[in-house]
Amino acid sequence: MSTSFVELALNNTPTAAFACYHGLEPGLLDTVLRQASARGADFADIYIEYREASSLHLEEDLLKQSSELVALGAGIRVVAGEQSGYAYTNELSQASLLQAAEVAAQIAAGPTRSQYFALQVTPVPARYPVELPATQAGMGEKTDFLFAANQAARSADARVKDVQVTWSDELRFILLANTAGELVSDVQPLVTFSVNVVAESNGARQAGWKNFGRRAGLEAFSRPQAEALAQEAVRQAVTLLTARPAPAGELPVVLAAGASGVLLHESVGHPLEADFNRKKLSVFTDRLGEKVASELCTVIDDATLPSWRGSVNVDGEGTIPRAATVLIARGVLRAYLQDRLSARLMKLAPTGNGRRQDYAHIPISRMTNTYLAAGESDPEEIVRSVARGIYCKSFTGGQVEPATGKFTFSMHEASLIEAGRLSYPIKGATLIGSGIEVLNNIVAVGHDLELDSGAWMCAKQGQAVPVSVGTPTVKIARITVGGQWA
Amino acid sequence: MSEALGALAQRLLAHAREQGADQSEVWLQESTQLSATVRLGLVEELRQATSRALSLRVFLGQRVARATASDLSWETLDPLVRRAIARARLVSEDPFAGLPEHSASFPSPETLALYDPEFERLGPEQAIARARETERIGLSLEPRVRNSSGASFCAVCSAVWGANSRGFCGHFRQSAASLQVTLLGQSGSDAAQVSDYWYSVARHLAQLESCEAVARQAVARVRRHFGACKLATRQVPVVFEPLTAAELLADLFGAVCGELVYLKRSFLAESRGQQVAAEHVTLVDDGLLPGGLGTRPFDREGVAAQRTIVIQKGVLKNFLCSAYAARKLGLAATGNGTDDGEAPTNFYLLPGSTSPEEILRSADHCLYVTRLLGRGVNLVTGDYSRGAFGLWVEQGEIVHPVHEITISGNLRQMLAGVEQVGNDLDLRGQFGAPTLKLAAMTVAGI
Repeated sequence: MSTSFVELALNNTPTAAFACYHGLEPGLLDTVLRQASARGADFADIYIEYREASSLHLEEDLLKQSSELVALGAGIRVVAGEQSGYAYTNELSQASLLQAAEVAAQIAAGPTRSQYFALQVTPVPARYPVELPATQAGMGEKTDFLFAANQAARSADARVKDVQVTWSDELRFILLANTAGELVSDVQPLVTFSVNVVAESNGARQAGWKNFGRRAGLEAFSRPQAEALAQEAVRQAVTLLTARPAPAGELPVVLAAGASGVLLHESVGHPLEADFNRKKLSVFTDRLGEKVASELCTVIDDATLPSWRGSVNVDGEGTIPRAATVLIARGVLRAYLQDRLSARLMKLAPTGNGRRQDYAHIPISRMTNTYLAAGESDPEEIVRSVARGIYCKSFTGGQVEPATGKFTFSMHEASLIEAGRLSYPIKGATLIGSGIEVLNNIVAVGHDLELDSGAWMCAKQGQAVPVSVGTPTVKIARITVGGQWA
Repeated sequence: MSEALGALAQRLLAHAREQGADQSEVWLQESTQLSATVRLGLVEELRQATSRALSLRVFLGQRVARATASDLSWETLDPLVRRAIARARLVSEDPFAGLPEHSASFPSPETLALYDPEFERLGPEQAIARARETERIGLSLEPRVRNSSGASFCAVCSAVWGANSRGFCGHFRQSAASLQVTLLGQSGSDAAQVSDYWYSVARHLAQLESCEAVARQAVARVRRHFGACKLATRQVPVVFEPLTAAELLADLFGAVCGELVYLKRSFLAESRGQQVAAEHVTLVDDGLLPGGLGTRPFDREGVAAQRTIVIQKGVLKNFLCSAYAARKLGLAATGNGTDDGEAPTNFYLLPGSTSPEEILRSADHCLYVTRLLGRGVNLVTGDYSRGAFGLWVEQGEIVHPVHEITISGNLRQMLAGVEQVGNDLDLRGQFGAPTLKLAAMTVAGI
């Protein structure tokens, strides 16, 4: 939209920009919140968002696509007991907002229960300062990144037949006000770069990919990074050309440090989301204080890490995460990932994990940056301890069913371990297990914790949010590997 | 409002031309959404909203740029168009870029049965009542089914306007409603929980399955999974229930799309005209199916909808192509275009003549796959490996439920290994299939 909105929002605050360009003065927000809670409510909030995004796509040596997105909207939520009413609109006029407030308020019936507080600006931390807002930058530098990656991939190996490179960036300005009197704003940047290649040899083809994501501006990325990602994608594709089918059945599995954190994200992270637990829909329901994992396991969710993809200054409903949340400490369940509604109903404190995809969605409990804390084992020693098993290096993602704890995650690049050594690369396969069982089967944790810089997106109930995952090298005594031969 | 958006589309085309675009294309959509989720009798979430969206492409010769917006004020759209034209100058010249040829005629939205005026009479009370009734029945049928992740009813109506500088100008309205419930059960206090769901989706409210039908099916699906165990790792015949067979088609879809074909990122890229599946496999993409969830008069490029035979009696006949992919491959556009690649209309496998019971009886033993979990499909190689839930079947009789296993194979071999196709086509989403029996897949368990 207008550069002037963005300039004012960046140089002053989003609050000032929304007031100046859309007339969203605190007085109007106050009127809307009063309307929202007029029928009786425990809580009401309004989330206003202006988001701009752009992307560039290179394919077949051509810069084929340039796209831009401008999104503007407001969502109003009214909470009464366990019930939520929600309405959103693309029009930020007083009439539209009041109408949305009235629609959202239909959920409640009765006298106002909430105490109403006057709005006061709540300052937020600065965990991801933006030096060079990427959406405001021209296409020149981003285009250079794309062609540099393309060139690096094609010159890395003659077997490379296809290279696709995508840059995308986003700058989101949010303004949140609620009946607790909080008025919060934030600027949330995001940059993503991904390289996807196909290598071909003797008629066989294999894909390799590598991506990068950061909550930052253009300053977070460089030409050498673009080239390194391209080379890694090529290495992966070329390695897979010689891969043999994976074995099938229960085997010991060693997860490489970094992206293997996906396994934790699926097996532990989702089932620890508070909404599942307050509804008794998780294998971890009512187990706070109990031992649920091997004592080598300490699992942390940390929204405060500077510039990581899942980091937030404020969550999607106005809670400011103040510290890392220790979910599991030495195998004992310590906390759930709380949103405001779940925390109130469970009589626990919110942890700043109430996240939302955008103004069209209600906040729900979500992960931010989730990882397994470092242990004491030597990563090489861990591999040496396996007589026959799998070493997993990279992943395409996973899925979990929190109620049963069953989860999958799919390896993209892996190797067979024979007699304590990596023997040969194997093709991708899906692993399946049960959350608590796998946590108890973790028999070694390396000292090499690594957060993965990949552009992970997490989907839940139709809402996608950026996250990070991480882990040190981990050994799982046994898990089912979905390969081709027994 | 309707007429206003149609006029806005023309105004944007004129503006793009004035600003120097050689060709341009505009899509505008207005949607109203009403949804209610009820859990344990309480309304967990009631959502209502009207939203709008614009999507735009501008061409300068053989260069293209895109833009989308949810803010339709002219103060936003005017600079958005100007910036798009400026960006188009900076991308590469691509000899294959451009708008599609003008389609001579389109099927009328009325004959396609896209819109049900009954939706206009729906209010929050009806949405809540349907969700509540579905969950209530679901929790009343089986004492071991005691918890619910909620039942929801969702109704969406949208109006779409499309126009381009080659004279295309189209408009249609559409509706869709869905009803779903997810239930949990436990067969003993120490036993593991079982969770399963059922849903119905339809463009016409009268075609939506009743609250009772959805609830009963969800309960039946939970009930059959009590006491599940793993299987020993082995090669076995595998029968896919219609919903899981439809997921198999969804996994396969990308491999017959023009974009992956011209990039040689599909394992079927060089197989047109070849026998790629067993003879009883005939697969179509039918954008004309009256009332189908993926039916519409034209695609997102203004190409008329059509019925395309993708695989006929096992032979790969056609790829599904956007205008761009069609030019790249020297084929015809099939009405599957989006602003980026291809999308399905109604993509389904034609039914055979065998009943699902006969199929299950046809093998000494087989794994009957009832639910799939996770990803694990590589379209470049065709390698397939996914988590599964199912039933172990011997001589047509269900012996016990199965969980925490994977099934794996290669899509090329899986297509060739289709032994039987059921007579029970279930097309409830955009992907549909009857019961399918595959000769053998690797099951990994213990």
